Parts: sequence; C-alpha cells; structure tokens
Amino acid sequence: MRRGSFLTLCLWAGFAFLYLPIIVLIVYSFNASRLVAVWGGWSVKWYGELFRDPQVLGAASMSLQIAAISATVAVVIGGLAGYALSRFGRFRGRTGFSTMLTAPLVMPEVITGLSLLMLFIAMEGLVGWPAGRGMTTVIIAHITFAAAYVAVVVRSRVAGLDRALEEAAMDLGARPLTVLRRITLPMLMPGLLSGWLLAFTLSLDDLVIASFVTGPGATTLPMLIFSKVRLGVSPDINALATLIVAVVASGVLLSGWIMLRAERRHARQVRAAFRREGAMDGN
Amino acid sequence: MAAADSTDTLVSIQGVTKDFGGTLAVDGIDLEIRRGEYFSLLGGSGCGKTTLLRMLGGFETPTSGRIMIDGQDMADVPAYRRPVNMMFQSYALFPHMSVAQNVAFGLEQEKVVKSERDDRVAEALSMVQLGEYGRRKPHQLSGGQRQRVALARALVKRPKLLLLDEPLAALDRKLREKTQFELANIQVKVGITFIMVTHDQEEAMTLSDRLAVMNAGRIIQVGTPGDIYEFPANRMVGEFIGTINVFEGTADLADGSVHCPALPCPIVLEDKIAADPESQVAIGIRPEKMRIRKAGSAPSEAAPASNFLTGKVEDIAYLGDLSIFHVRLADGRIVQVSRTNTTRRRDEPLTWEDTVEVEWDPQAPVVLHQ
Amino acid sequence: MTDTAADRVADSPALSASRGRLIGILIPTAWLLLFFAIPFLFVIKISLSEAAYSVPPVSDFLIWQDGWPVLQATWANFALILDDPLYLQALLGSLRIAAISTLLTLLIGYPMAYAIARAEPGMRTPLLLLVILPFWTSFLIRVYAWSTLLQDQGMINSALMWLGVIDDPMRMLNTEFAVQLGIVYSYLPFMILPLYATLERLDGSLLEAAADLGARPATTFWRVTLPLSLPGVAAGCLLVFIPAAGEFVIPELLGGPDTLMIGKVMWQEFFNNRDWPVASALATILLLLLIVPILLLDRTQSRAEQG
Repeated sequence: MRRGSFLTLCLWAGFAFLYLPIIVLIVYSFNASRLVAVWGGWSVKWYGELFRDPQVLGAASMSLQIAAISATVAVVIGGLAGYALSRFGRFRGRTGFSTMLTAPLVMPEVITGLSLLMLFIAMEGLVGWPAGRGMTTVIIAHITFAAAYVAVVVRSRVAGLDRALEEAAMDLGARPLTVLRRITLPMLMPGLLSGWLLAFTLSLDDLVIASFVTGPGATTLPMLIFSKVRLGVSPDINALATLIVAVVASGVLLSGWIMLRAERRHARQVRAAFRREGAMDGN
Repeated sequence: MAAADSTDTLVSIQGVTKDFGGTLAVDGIDLEIRRGEYFSLLGGSGCGKTTLLRMLGGFETPTSGRIMIDGQDMADVPAYRRPVNMMFQSYALFPHMSVAQNVAFGLEQEKVVKSERDDRVAEALSMVQLGEYGRRKPHQLSGGQRQRVALARALVKRPKLLLLDEPLAALDRKLREKTQFELANIQVKVGITFIMVTHDQEEAMTLSDRLAVMNAGRIIQVGTPGDIYEFPANRMVGEFIGTINVFEGTADLADGSVHCPALPCPIVLEDKIAADPESQVAIGIRPEKMRIRKAGSAPSEAAPASNFLTGKVEDIAYLGDLSIFHVRLADGRIVQVSRTNTTRRRDEPLTWEDTVEVEWDPQAPVVLHQ
Repeated sequence: MTDTAADRVADSPALSASRGRLIGILIPTAWLLLFFAIPFLFVIKISLSEAAYSVPPVSDFLIWQDGWPVLQATWANFALILDDPLYLQALLGSLRIAAISTLLTLLIGYPMAYAIARAEPGMRTPLLLLVILPFWTSFLIRVYAWSTLLQDQGMINSALMWLGVIDDPMRMLNTEFAVQLGIVYSYLPFMILPLYATLERLDGSLLEAAADLGARPATTFWRVTLPLSLPGVAAGCLLVFIPAAGEFVIPELLGGPDTLMIGKVMWQEFFNNRDWPVASALATILLLLLIVPILLLDRTQSRAEQG
C-alpha cells in the first residue's frame, strides 16, 4: 500500500514537472505587461499583435505546408519500411536497413542538418538539383527523419496484427494488391494516421535541421520563434505557444477520447457476448 | 476454535466469498482440507477454483469469510509470509536466473546459509531428476523440465501446503500421463499437503485423495474420486465427471421403483429413494454398468419386468479397449452403453441399425438430485 | 519448421508478392541511403578540406594537376580540434552533461513508468497520453518557457524568495544546472515510453512467484522487476543520451557562455565563423563517438522485437 502511494506521488510530481512550464506560459500570454516579473492584469493584446504580424503569418503558413507535404511522403516511406521490418523476416541487408531507420531517431540534429546541407551543395554541383535551398530541401530533410518515426509506429502496429488475416485473404483468392487494399491498409489505418500526425508535429517543431538546409526566403515558424526568443523575452511568443498548445492538446485529447471510447465499447461488447454464451451453457 | 483443535485439519476455509466488482467469483465456500492430503478443486473455466487457490496463496483477499492454515488466520498475512507455496500455471520461472538460482531464491529469502542452501537445492533438483540442469536458463528447458523446476522451487521451501494451478495443462498428453504419476509419488514422498486446481476430471480422479467439484463459485460435492463417480450428488456432477445416462420419472415409494415414460418398464433401485411419493426424480446410470446384446439373443425368452430397455444401434465408437454404443430409444433419445472388448473379435456381432436389448442390475442406478 | 521455410511459404502465393516485397524494401532503402547515409561522406570530405574565402567557403577537395587528379586532403582541422582545449572541453562536457542528465531522467522516469504500468488497465492509456502530450507541443517553446521560469526575476526565484528560502535571487538560468534540467524535461517521454513497454509486458505471475517464495516487495523489485526491465532501461538511456550529447537548442537557450556543448560549438563554427571544415570535423568526431551507442540502441530494439 505504502509503495503504491509512493509511486502515485512520483507520477503526479512528474506530471507537475511536465506541465508547470506550459501552464505558466499560457497564463503569461494573457499578461498585459511586457515584463515577466510584473503582472499587469489580463489582456489579449499579444494575440492581436500576433495576428497583425505578417512575418509570423508567413512563417506559420510556410511551416504548415512543409509539415503537410513531408508528413504525407514520410508516411509512405516510413510505412513501407516499418512493414518490411516487421513482416519480411530476414532479408539481405536487414541489419543495415534497421540501423538506417534507428539512427535518424537519435542522431543529433546538428549532424543531420550539416550532412544534408553538404549533400545538397554537392548534388547541386553535380546534377544541378536542387537548385539553391529553400522549401524543397527542408521538405526532403523532414521526410528523412520523420519517416524513421513513422516506421517505429507502423512497425509496432504491424507486429500486433494477426498475420493469419492476410493469409486468409490470400487463401480466399485475393491477389496481393487486393490484400493490401482490403485487409492490410484498413487494419494499419490507425497506425498510419498517428504516424502522419507525429511526422506533422515533428516537422512543425524542427529548428536545427531546417536552419541548416533552408535558403533565403524560406523562414519556418521555429526559425522565427528562435530569432525572437534569442533577442529576449517577447510576450507574443507566449501567445503563439498557447495557440500551439491549444490546437495540439485538443487534437490529441480528441483522438485519445475517440480511441478510448472505441476500446471501451469493444470491451463491453466482448463481455456481453461472453455473458450470452455463458447463459447458453447454463441451460 | 474448532479448526485449530483438530490436528487433522490443515486448511479451513470458512464462508469465503470473493466479489469482483459485482460478480461473485467465489460464493460462500466452506471447506476443510486434511494434513497430508492430495486435494483437487475441479470445475470448468470461471467456476472460481483459481480464485479460491489464489486466496489461499495470498494473491487475492476474500471479500468476506476466513481462511485458516494450521490454525492461524491468514487475513493479515501477506503472500511472502505464508507457509504456502504455489506452482503457477505458467510456471513463472524467473527468466534471468539459472535453474539453480530459481530454486535457491526462496531459501535466500529465508536467510538459509549458503552451504545448507546449496545442499537443499541439489536435493530438490535431484528429486525431480534435474540434478544436471542447475546451470541452465529456463528457456533452455523443455516444457516438462520447466514444470519440474517449478515444482522443485516450490517444494524446496518445505511449505505446509503446496498449491498447484493446472500443473499439467501445458504438457502434451503422453508427458501428462507420465508426470501425473511422478507428481503423486513426490507428494507421497515429501508428505506435504497438495491442493490442485484443474479442469481435467481424469487428472483430478487419478491424483486426488479427495476432490471438490465446483460450479458458479460454489462447491457442489466433496468426496473421494470413487464417491464422486459412483454417487454423484446431482446431475451436473454426474455429467461433468464421466458420462451418465439420465432418465426422469416418477418414484413409487411402495416398491422403490421409478416409472420413466421413456422406458418400457420401471427402474428398480437397491438404494432407498428419499423423495415424496409421486414426485419427479432423475435416475442416472453409467454406460459401463449396462449390458448390451442383440435382441432375441437373451438366455430366457421372457422380457424382464424391470431395468431393461430396447433400441436401435445408431453409432458405434471403437476406442480399442472399449466400444461405446449409441442406442436410440423409441422416443428418439440416445442412451450410451459401453462394453469392454474382452476378445479379439473379427466379426463384431453388433452393428449399425441392429435392434438391441440393454439391461442393468439394481445396484447400477443412482438417484440424482437437481 | 525453420524461419526460412516459413518465409518461403509466405512468399510462394504469387510472383507479384515478392515484387511488392522488393518495392517495400527498395524505396525506403534508396531514400535513406541518399539522404541519410551518403551525406555523412560529404561531411567527412569537407572535414578533410581547407577553409577558403569562396562560396561555398571550402577549397576544392580534388584539383587537377598535369591531367592527374590530386587529393587535397588535410588533417589540419582534426589537429586543430585536438590541440585547442576549448573543443576538447566542449566534447567532454557534452558527454558529461548528457550522461548526468540521462541518469536523472532515468531516476525520474522509472517510478513514473512503473506507476503507469501498475495502474488500472483502463487508466494506462490516458496516463501515457499525459506523458506524451507535452512532447507534441513545440519543443522550442517549452525550452523557452523554462528560460522565463529560471530567470533571476522568474517565477521560481520569486516563489523561493516569497517563501523565505533565499534572500537574493539564485542564478539558475545560463548555468549547467539549467541545461540538465532542460534535457531531463525535454527527453523524459523518451525514457518513460520504452520503460513502460517493458514493465507493462512484465509477467505478473513472476512477481507473485517471488512473493510466494517469501520475497518482500522491495526484494521482488531488486531481484525480479529491475533485472527484467533492463532492456527498457538500456533503450531509454540510449534514446536520451545520444541526442542529448549533440543538443544545440537547450544549451543555447538555457546554458551560459561557460556551458560548452559540442552541438552549440559546431553551430557557432558553422553559422558565426563560417568555418565549414572545422564544423564538419566536429560533426565527424561526434558521429564517431555516437556510432557505438547507436548500434547498441539498434540491437536492443531488434532484440526486444524477438523476445
């Protein structure tokens, strides 16, 4: 009992640690004063300032476009890779393949960013593409590391799937593409969706890699935030952070709630089915 | 305390109930288990037998009632202080420890000195014929070997009571039969009281001194395997253990006979029927207690006045040692009759669609309570 | 049946299945080779080149002399790094800070992961969601939030002064402590998730068996739970240590001028000094230091899948 309450205490202390800065940020986004130490009363003026700033709006739209495109491509590449790792058993070069998928997860961003930039410069010299750096190069960079994250999500999802379902479909005469379309993809959908969301937020969040591989005219939102933050406290960043937190939290909570509800309904139906069966046995 | 006074009783379960959020897994059980006994809890899945075992081990707390082991109330005794050890269904061998380390684990907790510990571990492992395997890891053992390690690990602590949760369920059939005998021998040798949970009636019959048949959280009948087979308390027990043909009818207390609409003549029992006159009773007859023959092949021409039926052979199951005949009566119901195949007959006298006569002695039928 | 036999059976239905298989492996392989593996070769190439006042600011690696290619490789950049105590300090400092932060993250993350794994099954998903949620919001902004909290006039100092614990503001921002705090904070989910995965999979009957054999809860933890969760501990520590060693944003925003970390030094060499060869040489050294942990991580993950 005592151990249980110690663990619970640790858990809630940990949550307090995780959420304290976020809550402070949200509160101060409504502070009328420019100074952190001074509470100048409630105000929404920083939100107004944010929406009047063309730089912020431009960077936000740039980041959203990059995130949407790179998440979509990353789901295709990472999905294939995760499926291959989970289902194809042993194949030649599997170890190298798996290492190439693990390494981007942890590779310090400064290394990834620098090496990609060197590649892009070399490629431009050799084949003339990509000409200069900007949105395209950032998208390529984001696809690369996001695909590794998608692969992790898809891999664990595939591992949880009953292989016999695909075999049963084949046994019933479905050709491989039909199996993919009718069985595999629908069952993987939740994994692919969460992979997409993860890739999207990772892209939206990246500062270091984008700083290396971007070019003039392609300033992403994190780059803008970083330049503002470096100059000192800027309360409109609090407002921006609050907006990001609000959007992400409601998205995650909504999808979590939907998943939880589906899970509970499923469990209820299973229980009911067993009760029915039990009642039949009793007769 | 009655339980403590009687030196014969090791475990006393008194009015124990377990409520899992509205479902009664165990529903007011009273049970006494004797010292040195091999006792089995037998029942289908969800009958509460495992919950009862886990309450003895200290892994579940009774919602109400009392568990006494060797005269001591177990209510506030945590699992790690009980004089009880358990053999888990999954064996629960620690995968990161060698076989010897697994067996030594419990002795370390008792602070047994190393030299004695090593001796006892070696002794326990040689008892289960795994003396050479001390250094292996559990994943390097076969299923049967793992089972024996689990047994050695539980027995090395010399508990007052050993709990076995479906000890043979994970083994294949041949190995299970062999292990059954080993388990029984070991129990006799160490003299420890065993309580086993099983859903396999054959296992329970072979191994136990006494067993309890459970259903829906309650104990239906307690007795020796012979008692339970020959005198099932009710229809459920009769049907759960072995096969039984059940006939419903009206009892006539005057001559102790039962009139069944399905049969051409009454059933006469040696046992007294303790029922109200003209009341409905169910009579059970085991298939091996009936005799079957081709119609008209009887020694005497006259049809018997009781304990007799006729029908048509619908199906024959040839099991080698026995054959089981499914005989269809005039009203469509099936009666099962078994016959020992005492001779190597090439030409089986009975075949499908034969009309047959079946009879039995007055000792054969048993009254089943509902 | 062996694995290969099983694979053959799975492959046999149609030729197109194996073609699909080939595509499934080839597309990701090609992409990762081109955009992840090969780029390192260019970093190594630049690290062996000389800096120059040109665009890009590197001299040519290969020059043609009398119709023959001559390699202009130089170890000068590496020699410079090994000579200058600043670079060495930054390298060692990064490893030290990352190691300490990893240990702290483990100490905070383990009880949390254990509490979640032992919670009611219905509560586990919501609790995990609470752990992951901050991770989905902007990393940069969360680090920035700490910089406002840790300021001399920030909330923590104000609270401590109001409580009377201290009289003057404690200097917390721009210290190594702040950097470690930032790393623990940012990487905590990466520690909790793999720990949770192993702890949740832990067979409950093993813990019951330990109790049954007389082990008290604390003994059960040390002898059974902890050893069996070591794969999760290893994965979590590597997931925190490797990226933390090359971290740039956290030392930049929370660290002081004396908190030298290799990621920050590399960034400055590249963006401020425009010394691409030295930045590349630093990246190469860091990569070499991290190759072993990365391979270890890959091993723990594939083993976790098999086990």
